[in-house]
Amino acid sequence: MAEHISLVVNGQQRELDVEPRRLLVQVLREDLNLTGTHIGCDTSQCGACTVHVDGQAVKSCAMLAVQADGSAVRTIEGLASDGELHPLQAAFWEKHGLQCGFCTPGMIMAAADLLQRSTEPSDDEIRHAIEGNFCRCTGYHNIVAAIREAAAVMRTAAATPAGGTA
Amino acid sequence: MTTEVLGAPIKRVEDPRFIQGKGRYLDDIKLPSMTHLAILRSPYAHANIKGVDTSAARAMPGVVAVFTGADIPYNPLPMAWPAGGASKLQNNVSTPRVLATDSVKWTGEGVAAVVAETPEQAYDALAAIEVDWEPLPAVVDAEAATKPGAPQLHENAPNNIVFEWTVGDRDGTEKAFAEAEVVVKQRLVNQRLIPNPIETRGDIGSYNPGTDEYTIWSSSQTPHIQRLLLAAFVMGVPEHKIRFISPDVGGAFGSKIFTYADMALTLFASKAIGGRPVKWVESRRENYQSTIHGRDHITYVEVAGKRDGEVTGLRVKTYANLGGRLSTIGPGIPTTLYGRVLSGCYRIPNVFCEVVGVYTNTTFVDAYRGAGRPEATYVVERAMDLFANEIGMDRAAIRRRNFIPPDAFPYDNPSGLLTAVNGAKVYIDSGNYEPALNKALTAVNYYGIEKAKDEARRRGKLLGVGLSTYLEICGVAPSKWIGAVGEGWGAAMWESSNIKVHLTGKVVVTMGTQPQGQGHETTYAQIVAHELGVPMEDIVVQHSDTQGTPFGYGSYGSRTSNVGTTAAIKAAAKIKEKARKFAAHMLEASPDDIEIDGANYRVKGSPDKVKTLQEVAFALDLAFDPPEGMEPYLDETAYHDTPNCTFPFGTHVAIVEIDEETGEVDLVRYVAVDDVGNKINPMIVDGQLHGGIAQGVGQALWEEAVYDNDGQLLSGTMMDYALPRASWLPSFELDQTVTPSPVNPLGVKGVGEAGTIASTAAVANAVIDALAPLGIRHLDMPHTSQKVWRAIQAAKGGQA
Repeated sequence: MAEHISLVVNGQQRELDVEPRRLLVQVLREDLNLTGTHIGCDTSQCGACTVHVDGQAVKSCAMLAVQADGSAVRTIEGLASDGELHPLQAAFWEKHGLQCGFCTPGMIMAAADLLQRSTEPSDDEIRHAIEGNFCRCTGYHNIVAAIREAAAVMRTAAATPAGGTA
Repeated sequence: MTTEVLGAPIKRVEDPRFIQGKGRYLDDIKLPSMTHLAILRSPYAHANIKGVDTSAARAMPGVVAVFTGADIPYNPLPMAWPAGGASKLQNNVSTPRVLATDSVKWTGEGVAAVVAETPEQAYDALAAIEVDWEPLPAVVDAEAATKPGAPQLHENAPNNIVFEWTVGDRDGTEKAFAEAEVVVKQRLVNQRLIPNPIETRGDIGSYNPGTDEYTIWSSSQTPHIQRLLLAAFVMGVPEHKIRFISPDVGGAFGSKIFTYADMALTLFASKAIGGRPVKWVESRRENYQSTIHGRDHITYVEVAGKRDGEVTGLRVKTYANLGGRLSTIGPGIPTTLYGRVLSGCYRIPNVFCEVVGVYTNTTFVDAYRGAGRPEATYVVERAMDLFANEIGMDRAAIRRRNFIPPDAFPYDNPSGLLTAVNGAKVYIDSGNYEPALNKALTAVNYYGIEKAKDEARRRGKLLGVGLSTYLEICGVAPSKWIGAVGEGWGAAMWESSNIKVHLTGKVVVTMGTQPQGQGHETTYAQIVAHELGVPMEDIVVQHSDTQGTPFGYGSYGSRTSNVGTTAAIKAAAKIKEKARKFAAHMLEASPDDIEIDGANYRVKGSPDKVKTLQEVAFALDLAFDPPEGMEPYLDETAYHDTPNCTFPFGTHVAIVEIDEETGEVDLVRYVAVDDVGNKINPMIVDGQLHGGIAQGVGQALWEEAVYDNDGQLLSGTMMDYALPRASWLPSFELDQTVTPSPVNPLGVKGVGEAGTIASTAAVANAVIDALAPLGIRHLDMPHTSQKVWRAIQAAKGGQA
């Protein structure tokens, strides 16, 4: 009764046989050992399981694995490239945007979705963009600061010609 | 070289693993041959169990074993803090069994468990268990539960009363009320909250039949205490046969301090099935039903005073809802941690507090961030506003009028609030409350607020400003005081640290404390780097595992920065003393002639005769040539019992705007001026304040665990319980005053709970201030738009 699915996860082709009732988050965590994607609730409210499916932020507890068949999935483990932290990862570290760290992967993935759409978001836009993600530790203060910081870093990088030093 | 690390906003050493998804939380751990456990929980709040039929479940695919309460020979869970005190010990304790046997007392109490090859199979099999229930009438309100005719939960607790506890000067307070010019009274409900760490709890129990030893991984704040309690009180297994490991803990806020039935259940199950590991991960729904809740007080407060603003008496009676059975330290929270701190930062000469602890058909209540102190602060800060309102005095002025003055420290409350029955006491050791108040008032232009109110009114908004001049007691606690026999929690509360400087000069610090997001791996490393003069990157901080860390009481009560860090400093001092002696040996000098400068151990007056700590460690750890009587290795352990608690304070000011049409409350500004003493890492301190403030704001405006009259938890999921979202909150404006604590060498006080303790009252007071022009004098929290809208309609004489 297992269904065969094909996924590209963090750039790697994965072929899997999964029970139809299993959620994408379960397959990521249990079958692919990508435990950076967390489960914090059972009603799709907390956002700890947020990943990107075909470039868009998705709560991976709200999607069956079979629904993701043929998709490209990116998780927190695939966000850094060539050993370089993504600007959001660096900014969360720099601005103390995490405490216990449990919401952090989902929060960063939700923020990455925002920064693809909006290069200079206001604090209001940032707060609305992450309202599907609960954090109980930070009061969101430093998360907002970190996303603001990452946006600025990414704008600077985008304005700098390749090989530049600005 | 390294002195600047202490007090610097250094980026956390924990973070690289968390930002890359490489943390290791309980559910991330997979062991070979691991099985999965699911718990059948009671659908009734109060019922007798007439029988449990597990035969169909046993035949389900993948099922390894099914257990009921009758299968488990363990004792009920311990209750460690009887809070007897002035009202003496009461023999009416009822705590949960690992699985219920005869009856259930709240919706969600565990009744049976399935172990299966996969979690899905375990949950599928739960549905096949048949329980023959005899439902009984339920009661969920603590005050109602004590009235005649209320459903009775336990035979040994008539009228559902767990204890009747008093503190303070009853006669003096009665006299103060008899002589008062003004008396103000109010009933206050401090509603029930759900802690909500984003990681739920979970355990992996693993029994080794070869060695007869148990290992448990569990998301806990207190590995050493849990090992002790499981061994000595629940399982009857020798303590040294259990190893307890807390992996990365995804938030806790008090809810992971305690002994839970699932801990013993996974260990029991692993042994019963021959040693295969058994994993249980709590669902969010289970977390809401069966991990502790917080607060839930009904309080009658009375204030006595003079027309000039002097408060002369405070009398409080509180019904504290403790749930259907008692959690590990449930009775200690509304007694010692509440009644003893009721007078806050005010010099109130007469205080008397009576607390009735009550069983109801609800989830057990225990320490949730602040634990007793937010409830106390809410009472006294609302009381101050009510009193000011009654006599027509400015709310800042009345606080100033009653502050404990700076020359009165150390301050011992005349009603004896801080004295345990055995005479052990703590003193409010230091403080200077007006500067923080003044800073906060200036920041919000408090004396120009009427203009802002007028301006808001023109926009259809009711603007209100609320103050909370809080005092916290934390850094818990002197063992003699907190452990007072019969009244305290029956154990000590010192902390421990071991430091080893290994051959290569790298330093391993192991602690008895247990972080849940506070950044201990960073802050302890900052302190030890400062003490030993070694770079932070040469230090690793370990904790979490009873194998390899010294016994410690864990992290809660904002105690790590006071008690834990002092233990680390003491251990470092021992390291330095031994290194001094060995350096003297190496340099052929007298130890008295060795001066320590960072990591350099130098002969006074001979700057070229020097050994580094690294050189000393290499030579002493090898120990080819130690002096007579000196043992090898730089390896020292220290224990520290704090001589006093610490007393952070400050002023928080909230400004809200209420939409008159919808009743929606918008928190538009939040200013916090806190005095938490010196700071080890100011970035981490600010983060603790932000998070604490948000939790307190959540209580004031949105959060409430709601039961219906049958004991069903209506706010039973994250869809129904109003946890604050980013878009509901503003950024916070922080400022400080710094009054170093005299209790510890760093002058720190602790900051994990301060924000929560202060903020609820500030926001609630702001809401009532905004509604005051309509003649509204008090509303109970949470100040949801529905509740506020109804109050506005009622005040206007409209339909509500």
